[in-house]
Amino acid sequence: MGCGVSKSNQFHKHSRKAVTTIRAAVLIQRWYRQYVARTEMRRRYTWHIFQSIEYSGEQAQIKLYNFLGYLMDNFTPSSTERNLISHIFRENDVCWDTEWERYFCYKNIEVPEVYSGPHLTFPLTVEQAVGLLEAFRNKKQLHSRYVLELLLETWKLLRLLPNINRISTCQSKEVTICGDLHGQLEDLLLIFYKNGTPSLEKPYLFNGDFVDRGKDSIEILLILFSFMLVYPCDVYLNRGNHEDHIINLRYGFTKEVLTKYKIHGKRILKLLQKIFSWLPLASVIDQKVLVLHGGISDSTDLGVLAKANRHNYVSALRPPKRRNHSPAAMSIDIDMDNELWSASKILQRRASFTYPEPLGPRDCFHNRSLQDFSTRIKANMENELDSSKKKENILAAALNRSQHEILSKSTDSVSSDTTKDEWRQILDVLWSDPMNQDGCTPNEVRGGGCYWGPDITEDFLNRNNMQLIIRSHECKQEGYEFCHNRKVLTLFSASNYYDVGSNRGAYVKLGPDLVPYVIQYQASSMTRELTARQSVGRTERSALKVLREQLFAHKSDLLCAFKKFDSKNTGLVSLNDWASAVESVMHLNLPWRTLRCQLVACKTADGTIDYCDWFNELAIKGPNTDHIDQSLLETLYRHRSTLETIFRIVDTDNSGFISMEDFRQTWKLLSVYLKMEITDEDICNLAVTIDSNQDGSIDIDEFMEAFRLTDKKSRLERGRSMFMGTASDLTKLEDDPSV
Amino acid sequence: MAEEKESEENISALHKKITDAFQLFDYDSNNTVNVREIGTIMYSLGCFPSQADIREFTAKVGEDFSGVVHLDKFLPAMTKVLLENRFPPIPRSKLLQAFKVLDKDQKGYLKPEELTKYMMEKAEPFTQEEMDEMLTAHTHQKDNVIHYEKLIDKLTADQNM
Repeated sequence: MGCGVSKSNQFHKHSRKAVTTIRAAVLIQRWYRQYVARTEMRRRYTWHIFQSIEYSGEQAQIKLYNFLGYLMDNFTPSSTERNLISHIFRENDVCWDTEWERYFCYKNIEVPEVYSGPHLTFPLTVEQAVGLLEAFRNKKQLHSRYVLELLLETWKLLRLLPNINRISTCQSKEVTICGDLHGQLEDLLLIFYKNGTPSLEKPYLFNGDFVDRGKDSIEILLILFSFMLVYPCDVYLNRGNHEDHIINLRYGFTKEVLTKYKIHGKRILKLLQKIFSWLPLASVIDQKVLVLHGGISDSTDLGVLAKANRHNYVSALRPPKRRNHSPAAMSIDIDMDNELWSASKILQRRASFTYPEPLGPRDCFHNRSLQDFSTRIKANMENELDSSKKKENILAAALNRSQHEILSKSTDSVSSDTTKDEWRQILDVLWSDPMNQDGCTPNEVRGGGCYWGPDITEDFLNRNNMQLIIRSHECKQEGYEFCHNRKVLTLFSASNYYDVGSNRGAYVKLGPDLVPYVIQYQASSMTRELTARQSVGRTERSALKVLREQLFAHKSDLLCAFKKFDSKNTGLVSLNDWASAVESVMHLNLPWRTLRCQLVACKTADGTIDYCDWFNELAIKGPNTDHIDQSLLETLYRHRSTLETIFRIVDTDNSGFISMEDFRQTWKLLSVYLKMEITDEDICNLAVTIDSNQDGSIDIDEFMEAFRLTDKKSRLERGRSMFMGTASDLTKLEDDPSV
Repeated sequence: MAEEKESEENISALHKKITDAFQLFDYDSNNTVNVREIGTIMYSLGCFPSQADIREFTAKVGEDFSGVVHLDKFLPAMTKVLLENRFPPIPRSKLLQAFKVLDKDQKGYLKPEELTKYMMEKAEPFTQEEMDEMLTAHTHQKDNVIHYEKLIDKLTADQNM
């Protein structure tokens, strides 16, 4: 009805409405885009947090190892002290034929009737391999007898393989390539479900890092090995940097095996040391695509790699040992026996990285003990000026040097130039990461290998007449990432690696056209199919929690740094100063200003930060902490991974318990390593808290739990905390027939 | 004098904030970012520019023909933007009003088709990708609609970075 309403009125009304609608739409669009941008920011720094902390953990492990090697090299300690740590340097000590057979003999291990897991007969059939898969899916455990038998067969096969697998996609076969699995059985099952199990028509290549962090590392190994035994020409394995017993000490694999196999775990681990060293280093597909775990460097030479004696590198972190060949053509490695431990041998042996001579020429050290060393450090500490400089010189020089520098300066190494070069190449292959700038620099973040640029890739591919490098080693949000002009592909197959929803996993199919076809997946039904951006919230909370713990663990240093900015002692610092101080202590290169509102709840009206209040916010409280010195607690917390690693090294019979005496020795080691004083009284206080049954031995896990040094929820610690059950959990396993 | 010092500190704080945000997108670690990230960086610093504003700003700070923006140019320009509060945030109340305008029947929610129509056809249209993302994240799983008050809560949370 148009009475009283003119046409033009209607038109204006209509157009006003249209304008309002447009304005409304604009508002919403703009807000939404802003929200997306903020989320993207959060995603980036969350990722950054996880990676920084992860890589600094790897670096810490290498530093610890180097330190222990340095001690071994420079001191002839008393036999107690030596036995504490020397055994980790004693690789493959059981090697004479008869001893070997006796040590790894599985034949007299009986399988009880009550055992309900799979029974294996050799040679393996595909039905058995698939059966094993099913059994693990149903949470069964393979009996140690079959584990040992399977591992022995695997070792026999691996010895026949070359350093570089040669794979061909002839007959239209597509090869499926998988990246890091890190003990995440769910992901492997998902891949086999989506893509089918390995077969003659379906060859697979697994690119390293099968173990550590996740809770089913041994199951993954057993599955991969059994399929390899069934299809030796269609299942290929590359070694990763985590196929290394030194790394396994920190990241959970050692613990997993010892927990699951209480009686035979030690033997299984020993055998695995051998097996890891025999894993091929790389694979080449159709002579055009190179697949290896870490990457390359400017000196990578496939010819050198192909000729190396790869099994000499039981841990990639050490140069190869001297070797003799037995008439049976089986290489035998010399054991650093009691009798051999003489001054002359010390001169000949090398730790992984050379140490400079700030403490004077080597020959005056040989008869010092650990006690002497720590006394010397203590004496130095009395002279303040001298000590800080010396501390810096000695350990900074030793621990922070890049291995390239060190290798070039090493003069009295027994290794020839060839083996040195070989070793460096293997280290590069397993540990390197690509970077966006040209050139090649030492990978100081991880502590091993290097960073290599697009020019190195280009040069390498041209020289070797290849077209693509596929590698793993780095977690990627989408499970994969191209770089260097799509000439390098990073492939990561452990989904939800940092936390549920943190990232997808991916695998690649490569046919005769050699064009990589990527398939992604995510092994969790808890999150909907959200984009990477959308699942930020949960991962972010996880990352921030870990970060807060790290900050708390560095409280003393942070306090010092804050006081420098707060000369008037007001207890307050500006936001800017807060951020500068935090970065100067943490060295994580994070956008602290942006993170501030997530990390600091307390804030005064004018925007300054009360740092004492802040520390209270962050504090980790525990039931046992009251009578223990606060700064000692902080040290415990900060270096808990190192502490646990040393515990496990000291626990020579792998029982999970160490004696009081060894407990004290551990602390001595740690105090030397950290250049700090820990009194006997401190140690007694700690011990008393734990040794509740007063029998003179300390349960390592209980200790770590008691001081809240482990956090079941923190993903970064998951490799340990997943089986960091209490002692009562472990006793349950004792009745388990399959161990 | 104290005021001068304070504003000096303010500026320095702004500089650090801008540089932090910039460097999160600096993949090559050489103080440059791709031009396409400029909008994202501006938003993440708390600004609400229009698409035209972003284009204009990018044109001013970008290097010709190279597709990158250098921190040297970005920093002073962005500092000015923040000091002038040139692209102030839109208050939450206006956002609610906006949704109510689109919600013609005042149901309290929008159907995916409705929202799509507005977001992709009007004003500064979304790309298909942006639209898909909005819908997957914010459509209620069971009743398949977008409850905009909940959405507003999400959009306006953590505003002060």
